[in-house]
Amino acid sequence: MKAGVVTFPGSNCDRDVFHVLQNIFEFDTDMIWHKDKKIKNYDLIVLPGGFSYGDYLRSGAIARFAKVMEPVIEFAENGGLVLGICNGFQILLESNLLPGAMKVNDNLKFVCRNTKLTVINNNTPFTNQYKNSESIEMPVAHGEGNYYIDKKGLMELKNNKQIILKYKNKKENPNGSIKNIAGICNKERNIFGLMPHPERCSEPQISPGKVDGYNIFSSIISYINKRGDKVAK
Amino acid sequence: MPNKPWLKEGLTQEEYEMIVELLDRKPTTTELGIFGVMWSEHCSYKNSKLVLKTLPTEGECVIQGPGENAGIIDIGDDQAISFKIESHNHPSAVEPFQGAATGVGGIIRDIFTMGARPIANLNSLRFGNLNNDKVKYLFKGVVSGISSYGNSIGIPTVGGEVYFSSAYEGNPLVNVMSVGLLDQENIATATAEGEGNSVMVVGAATGRDGIKGASFASDELTEDSEKDRPAVQVGDPFMEKLLLEASLELIKTDSLIGIQDMGAAGLTSSSAEMASRGNSGIEIDISKVPTREKNMSSYEIMLSESQERMLIIPKKGKERVVKDIFDKWGLHAEVVGKVTDDGMLRIFNGENKVAEISAKILADEAPEYKRESIMPEYIKSINEINAEDIKSKDFNNDLLDVLSSPTIASKKWVYEQYDYMVMTNTIVGPGSDAAVIRIKGEDKAVALSTDSNGKYCYLNPWRGGAIAVAEAARNIVCSGGKPLAITDGLNFGNPMDPEIYWQFKNSVEGITKACKELDTPVIGGNVSFYNESPKGAIYPTPIIGMVGLLDSLEDQTTMHFKDEGDLIYLIGQTGEELGGSEYLKVKEGKVDGYVPQLDLNLENRVQKTVREAIKNNIIKSAHDCSEGGLAVNLAESCFRNGLGVNIEINEKTSKKALLFGESQSRIVVSISEKQASKLENIAVKNCVPYEHIGVVKGKQFKFNNLINLDVEEMKAKWETAIEKNL
Repeated sequence: MKAGVVTFPGSNCDRDVFHVLQNIFEFDTDMIWHKDKKIKNYDLIVLPGGFSYGDYLRSGAIARFAKVMEPVIEFAENGGLVLGICNGFQILLESNLLPGAMKVNDNLKFVCRNTKLTVINNNTPFTNQYKNSESIEMPVAHGEGNYYIDKKGLMELKNNKQIILKYKNKKENPNGSIKNIAGICNKERNIFGLMPHPERCSEPQISPGKVDGYNIFSSIISYINKRGDKVAK
Repeated sequence: MPNKPWLKEGLTQEEYEMIVELLDRKPTTTELGIFGVMWSEHCSYKNSKLVLKTLPTEGECVIQGPGENAGIIDIGDDQAISFKIESHNHPSAVEPFQGAATGVGGIIRDIFTMGARPIANLNSLRFGNLNNDKVKYLFKGVVSGISSYGNSIGIPTVGGEVYFSSAYEGNPLVNVMSVGLLDQENIATATAEGEGNSVMVVGAATGRDGIKGASFASDELTEDSEKDRPAVQVGDPFMEKLLLEASLELIKTDSLIGIQDMGAAGLTSSSAEMASRGNSGIEIDISKVPTREKNMSSYEIMLSESQERMLIIPKKGKERVVKDIFDKWGLHAEVVGKVTDDGMLRIFNGENKVAEISAKILADEAPEYKRESIMPEYIKSINEINAEDIKSKDFNNDLLDVLSSPTIASKKWVYEQYDYMVMTNTIVGPGSDAAVIRIKGEDKAVALSTDSNGKYCYLNPWRGGAIAVAEAARNIVCSGGKPLAITDGLNFGNPMDPEIYWQFKNSVEGITKACKELDTPVIGGNVSFYNESPKGAIYPTPIIGMVGLLDSLEDQTTMHFKDEGDLIYLIGQTGEELGGSEYLKVKEGKVDGYVPQLDLNLENRVQKTVREAIKNNIIKSAHDCSEGGLAVNLAESCFRNGLGVNIEINEKTSKKALLFGESQSRIVVSISEKQASKLENIAVKNCVPYEHIGVVKGKQFKFNNLINLDVEEMKAKWETAIEKNL
């Protein structure tokens, strides 16, 4: 299985995701440079966390114009699996690959902590190894994770079962996001963006010792295996 | 001062005369500016050098001691750790956000110029009391500056300490420690060698920010200091992230002779120091330096402290490699001059020569002063503190009061704003005795801690310095590590004041003694004098940053009680010691008394006992007993897992000293019942006093018949105290 992790200037979780994909899940993993106009055939592309281009404007607002986004969008439109974590989620929103927008956290501060989450929809390539309504814990670390979408958009998300992960309740919600949303996918279910960091909780050695992010990646592997080798090598 | 321009550069009449004699002529304006920063305390250590020479800098693990951008220690497997602490106190006092942010940026550059990838930052902060609006502003600004820079660049901020005391009201302390990991084959140095080799400026363009910041840092803060805000640099973590990646990529290509951060005194100090280390000279044409603004004078370019810049000496013919890598990351890389063999730092502006000074004179021959040292008056009037001097009605309330003191309270409000998990190596993050960071691919980790108790150092600088080292080591040991080496951030008032100098000298002597006894050499550090405001000098605050090694991840131990029924032991002994305690400060508002005794021999044996017990898998939790005493220590161990304790302990001292005294060399451990005899055997073997003091039980915190509190209630007070004060 082949995976690519995009490095934008200012990405800072690219090496973390690479480590988990390559060493824990044994993907054959490449780092993809933000200036690349062409990319290889991958089973999975990850847009990692960080502060792409410094994020001095609005998170992800500059990254959407990176050269690499053209082939990434093409890949996604052809059904390729794209996972956007944290800044990657913000970039997916800015690129209109996912609906909605991200605001600054409601308390105006960066927040880094473990959060309790609920799996809302396990019928996706990214969550099939969880149970529906399963309670899990994953860390967040962001200053702009306050997901927002208008009423109509929210209805569509609900109707299409695109809300994948929610913070367990208002108290657990670290950023004030609408309906405690933590992660959503597109209608076709092949693009998934989330604020929590599954790559930070896939190994038991590191704090806080939970491995609830592991199943995001094992879901992807399971999906790819079941789907068969549709994507040409 | 129209006819004494040297005064404006922070030089004395005598120093000016020395310069004229050394040059054999009068200096130019640019030259005078260069001397001003190079001979400032910040760059030259002219007032501290003679004292610092006593610090032990050699040891089995030391690869690089003081003198480079940062020190390096061996951690086996051909790997090494580079680390250093640095202060950014004055900039943070006048512009807290940028001051703190660029403090983080500066120390990170020191680490990656050594060829190391920074893997963790810690910060040691001191503020005035939180009931003051200006202090709140400084506190929030500093935390958000650290958060902004550290989070963006993607280096976890994993620990440190925050203390609040009126002594720091006008002059907060912001000391940042950065720790990097490298393969020993990639060690880089900051040396300029080889006649004709190019000198390159890489990274950000040079602007007018931070001009003469080093001189600004070497003066007392006054009510006019706000005007010095332009001397504070502005940080760009995004630029630094690119510079970090480009520099590490470059260092691996083996194309470099030397690389140095342009920190304090910018281009001036980096060129003079690199030339001096290589017994070379450097010629620079400042018209070739990329600038952000037009018409910058040679004085401004040489003295600008614009951030995120480096000076690089590539090997002959490798300029292209440098340019290509920096191009890839979208950064400047310009040849601005060359290395010469005559030892001179020669600055041209186009054809025009604007400065010509021996690099050695600038970097190594600043005057060294032996300052007068007198025991301060206040030391003579320190009183012995007896238990009955502290009024107390109810120990339940006393414990809640101490737990809600911002210095003792949870620092969650602070560390939740820091990304402490990025890089996915954080085994133990903020809020424990020491942070533990794994080394990917190996079964080992490093333990990191910063420590200093300003109250102790004020009351007894010698013992305060020694205790800072002992406590740092104890923290490392409690986390499962072996203490290896330290970096020291020495924060004091004006060294011209003999009483301040006495504090400085004694603190350093205390550190020296403890480092020798505990076998933890000093591999680098920072001196910050002139920490004074109109309200007076700060408490002497020598901050010890220590690195230790866990040679197996299995040794990792936390302070939290784990299981009901586990036995609680106190290793070490409690004396009648309430002097300098947080309890005294909280209850009586006093900083007074005799600082707790420190027997370094006992300290060593206590640490050895706990290390041995951890190695033998006997211990479930270990927690250093420090500020707030035994009661606070036990409470902190209860909180994480919401477990209570039932403590039944012999009262050999006063009740107050037993609960809140801060006797040194004490560690509380918890073990499962069946391990008791093994633990006791190890303690006996090491001739260490120990006592079985209780058991982990229920949800109540019970201490003899003195305290009975609900753990959740205690935790809530402790966890929200800082936020409530804001």
